[in-house]
Amino acid sequence: MIETVIHGILLGGLYSLFALGLSLMFGVMRLTNIAHGDQIVISGFMGIAIAAAVNINPFLLILLLVPCALVSGYAFQYFVLNRTIGKDPLPSLVITFGLSIIAQNLLQEIFSANPRALDTGGLNTMGLNLGGDTVVGVLPLIILVCAIACTFGLQWMFAHTALGRSFRAVSDEKDIAELMGLNSARVYSMATAIAFSLVALAGLFQSMRTTVSPTDGPNLLLFAFESVIIGGMGSFWGTFLGAMTLGVAQQVGFHFDPGWGIWFGHLVFILILAFRPSGLFPKTKG
Amino acid sequence: MSTALVEVSNLNAFYGDAQVLFDVNFRLGEGETIGILGANGAGKSTFMKSLTGLVKVDTNSIRLRGEAIGGNAAGEIVRKGIAMVPEGRRLFPSMSVEENLLMGGFAKRKGKWNLQEIYKLFPILKEKRNQPSTSLSGGQQQQVAIGRALMSNPDILLCDEISLGLAPVVIKDIYDSLPSITADGMTVVVVEQDVNLAQRCSQRLYCFQEGRVALEGKSSELSRDQISEAYFGI
Repeated sequence: MIETVIHGILLGGLYSLFALGLSLMFGVMRLTNIAHGDQIVISGFMGIAIAAAVNINPFLLILLLVPCALVSGYAFQYFVLNRTIGKDPLPSLVITFGLSIIAQNLLQEIFSANPRALDTGGLNTMGLNLGGDTVVGVLPLIILVCAIACTFGLQWMFAHTALGRSFRAVSDEKDIAELMGLNSARVYSMATAIAFSLVALAGLFQSMRTTVSPTDGPNLLLFAFESVIIGGMGSFWGTFLGAMTLGVAQQVGFHFDPGWGIWFGHLVFILILAFRPSGLFPKTKG
Repeated sequence: MSTALVEVSNLNAFYGDAQVLFDVNFRLGEGETIGILGANGAGKSTFMKSLTGLVKVDTNSIRLRGEAIGGNAAGEIVRKGIAMVPEGRRLFPSMSVEENLLMGGFAKRKGKWNLQEIYKLFPILKEKRNQPSTSLSGGQQQQVAIGRALMSNPDILLCDEISLGLAPVVIKDIYDSLPSITADGMTVVVVEQDVNLAQRCSQRLYCFQEGRVALEGKSSELSRDQISEAYFGI
């Protein structure tokens, strides 16, 4: 059972990378990006396509794709999503839902419906013996460390930097933030740029760890969404721990029966939603 | 009369199809303290929001030192030197006292006001600088709101009902701090519902009624009857 929990925590590392961007966008703009999962898949396929074309180390792809995601996230928010932000959440939901459908169909058209994976040169099968019979994968461990670093980095930025204060200011009181001289459209765009870079990272790790197929997006969105809700809105460590909870729940389900993992995760999510609707680790108000 | 710093001519403001301000004319001189009176719904706050860019108005209806600024974004206007203490304080609840004050300095205008000066003006804020802004009393929160606006080193400070919901003794403390703020020649506009306060702290008064300026004059020369008539319309 200990090994199951360890594998659940490692899986949670990947899920937290899925969820951090969603948590950031919702926290700053109250905006839910329905295409979030599809963007993870797009990043995975972009990595696979580039690696196939130029035979590049998969970790170097991070240096290539993350800056691209930063720029595209900023532009997408500035030119498209900013026009939908207001009291009514429906316009942004409709836009990102439409984007999700377009992304899935485009990916199927370009890459076919077959699942693909990014070649890691054997890294995805390497194991680390923790003593006894307990062996953990090196790649999942790298992903977990990366997820911890991203969560810590985001939380630190929110608490200690001018950009983090700007994010909190537009989230708290948009009008008043503008009275202070902030341009909320630019602040929102910065938030989406960071969210997209996390999505790029998540997509690359997903395609390294397992396979991606064009229609995976909605499932990945669901895992991200469940992690955010389980953790509690408004705290990145909450999102991280929510992802851990989901990962462990799925692994425990898999432990009992290979067909139980995913629905076991959904069951835990529904139970938490029913009995603790604000999540396990909600942000405490001052 | 001093040189016009802000000139408002025939200002009309709307919320959707509903017109809230009707041909408002207003003049603000360098270094003046102006009081704006009016009952609820008279258009005082909308007027302040028009001056700060939170309500979009015709470009030429507001001029700052001769430059048309009507309808400019709020961020541009604060960089040009107009800051506001909003009605109801509206601090950032996720931030500490000091973080709220630092947000005020985002416009990075040069001038006297910085954290040290704010703490000199309101010493209690230094003691409570790391506390969540929501844990402060109403009066202390108002001090943070005023300090936050001062941190942008404005030429013109707009105070929208800073006495609202505060105990009389706290209101006195807040208004006692105004001379320190205006000592270096800062221009101040105070929106009030309390006639005594507005008359006492200002050199000139404007009284709004149903979106129009119903009365304008020197505070010391306006009689109670004139103000009552313009305030209540009776």
